[in-house]
Amino acid sequence: MNHLPLIIKREYLTKVRNKSFIVMTILSPLIMIGLILLVTYLSQLNNNKVKTVAVLDESGIVKELFEDTETTKYHRFDNITLENAKQISKEKEYYGLLHVDELSSLESISKHINFYSEDSPSLTLISDLEFKLGEELTNLKMIEEDIDLEKIEASKINVNINQENFSGEKTSKIDSITKIAFGVATGYLLFMFIIIYGNMIMRSVIEEKTSRIVEIIISSVKPVQLMLGKIIGTSLAGVTQFVIWIVLGSILMVVLPFFLGIDISQMETPQQQMIQQAVESQGSGDLMQNIFLAVQSLPLLNLVIAFVLFFLSGYLLYSSLYAAIGAAVDNETDTQQFMLPIIMPLILAVYVGGFTVIEDPHGTVSTIFSFIPFTSPVVMLMRIPFGVPVWQQVLSLLILIGTFIFTVWFAAKIYRVGILMYGKKTSYKELIKWIKY
Amino acid sequence: MSNLLEAHSVSKKFGDFTALNNASIAVPEGSVFGLLGPNGAGKTTLIRVINQITMPDTGHVLLDGQPLQPHHIKDIGYLPEERGLYKSMKVGEQALYLAQLKGMQKTEAKKRLFEWFERLDIGDWWNKKIQELSKGMAQKIQFVVTVLHEPKLLIFDEPFSGFDPINANIIKDEILRLKNEGATVIFSTHRMESVEELCDHIALLHKSNKILDGNLMAIKKQYKTNTYEVGINAENHSVVERALAERFTTTAANFRTIGDELKLNVKLSEKDTANDLLSYLTTQGQVSHFVEQIPSANDIFIQAVKNN
Repeated sequence: MNHLPLIIKREYLTKVRNKSFIVMTILSPLIMIGLILLVTYLSQLNNNKVKTVAVLDESGIVKELFEDTETTKYHRFDNITLENAKQISKEKEYYGLLHVDELSSLESISKHINFYSEDSPSLTLISDLEFKLGEELTNLKMIEEDIDLEKIEASKINVNINQENFSGEKTSKIDSITKIAFGVATGYLLFMFIIIYGNMIMRSVIEEKTSRIVEIIISSVKPVQLMLGKIIGTSLAGVTQFVIWIVLGSILMVVLPFFLGIDISQMETPQQQMIQQAVESQGSGDLMQNIFLAVQSLPLLNLVIAFVLFFLSGYLLYSSLYAAIGAAVDNETDTQQFMLPIIMPLILAVYVGGFTVIEDPHGTVSTIFSFIPFTSPVVMLMRIPFGVPVWQQVLSLLILIGTFIFTVWFAAKIYRVGILMYGKKTSYKELIKWIKY
Repeated sequence: MSNLLEAHSVSKKFGDFTALNNASIAVPEGSVFGLLGPNGAGKTTLIRVINQITMPDTGHVLLDGQPLQPHHIKDIGYLPEERGLYKSMKVGEQALYLAQLKGMQKTEAKKRLFEWFERLDIGDWWNKKIQELSKGMAQKIQFVVTVLHEPKLLIFDEPFSGFDPINANIIKDEILRLKNEGATVIFSTHRMESVEELCDHIALLHKSNKILDGNLMAIKKQYKTNTYEVGINAENHSVVERALAERFTTTAANFRTIGDELKLNVKLSEKDTANDLLSYLTTQGQVSHFVEQIPSANDIFIQAVKNN
């Protein structure tokens, strides 16, 4: 008798109807979006405060250099001593005081520029000042040396390398960035999925043990069926949750800022800057169009097929191990000793994926890790956007499926014995013995 | 009477530990079969083998003359000793799920569940969650789920643990009713008074070995010692006691009566009969108490374990 559909249905329904599951499903995207908005809001709040910087320029050469901006105002002192300037700046609670000493040569001036302030000044302000002063002093020096500034300006050449692969398809920096984004997104998605729903499977196995229902059930169904039913049912609940998160998240992402009047696009992240630079160096075209082109040039069909296959087998590989752990212990606190060997390869995979693959997607390390079954789902998924030969993908998948069949067999053995063991603290030695029962 | 279930030299080892050593039992159709033994004797292992939860290392089990197969699951109802239900699931939903796992159709299962709930007076529990019920209440549900699919063979492992006397009685009556309707019952316990009340046949397991089995009455006959409890009113107790001791083997007895007569256990030798003893007693005084000592299941249990 095949009871698998019945078990899957029960697992799915109990998970989905569970109150904390519902709360988490609805609340998580709210919290996530809320946090993003909060961070954006706070960073804008910070920027909105106007800083006043006092300038005492005794050399008289950078007087007109600083122009007021939205966030920074400059107050120029004239004909007062440094001590007085400091005094006034302090009394008026200026952000700081920039002092340029009067000296004979530009070189010595450049070495005697000071900034006085109450607290240590912000890094961006200082580097901004340094950049402006440096540029101005360089220009002055060039004039002093009789160099024609216009000529220099005119002789600047901007290089933009056109990238093309051997079969003639155009590639670009934005291509690589899109590939990295795709790879990292799928890799992390799998990682998160395994951790969240693997744990859920483990807890539900432990629950069956502690509620002592398991013996009643396995007098009707085979333990392997129960285990697979659990894994599949929980995963379907997981997919449901994920889809709701994505839909709800994107809706909130669009709607909420509109209501709260916060502009998310103003938030600058390092990634955005990277993309911006890539686009600017490209010279022409707008960002969205470029990304669209880049996505189109990805091996999409390959990516989708590989994603489904690697995601499934990778997830099943790990979740069967989680189920085995659940069966081997009596309560959640005992799971720690068995968790490490599962988490380690996962974290390793994400690190290898996050650093090595991005640097060199077809290097030795990346290639090897995309074949090792416990890291291959994550690493291979990150590599595929960069183009991986089909034979490598197939071989890696075969190794993965082989290992997956082995772990399901192994987990089923442990599961079969473990679910009927009560009150014993299990050791690794014990687990090996169970295999032989 | 044919045997519904036969286990032939079943052995099972867990690593170095032998849980069951060459155990054979035969359960006659329509009987209540008591599977007895101290803790850790191998009762649960044998039951799990019958339920196809554990595969035996050697030996085989026949149900209705056929070797056990997966489809036999629906012919067996099993109430394990370690039992429970999903705490956060509703009673009705859960009972339906478990019935469907036994191969029942949903509508049929629902109909029978309503009948059972009605009879046990628990109809209004249908939409309650298990965690809202007491332990005894949950046990009732487990019992219903075990017998719902009307299996030929019912296996109860310590069925009365966790029940108060009133509910234990209800369950006992239900078990006897099911037996009268034709079910065969295997009953594992170490509570001997329920064995006396229910079982026709017993098997005794001790340290993974079966040390005794058969019809309960036949075993009792085999274990009886020809000893009689005797109460006698005489003028001089010690004279009578000495006279009796000359002809029979006597020991002090401690049964309860309302008088202060002489109380003795008298063991007959092989050539004496009960009538010989009784007629001799009547010459010594007024006989107020004369009962043959029948070994209780408890005595047999203790003695058989001791002898091994």
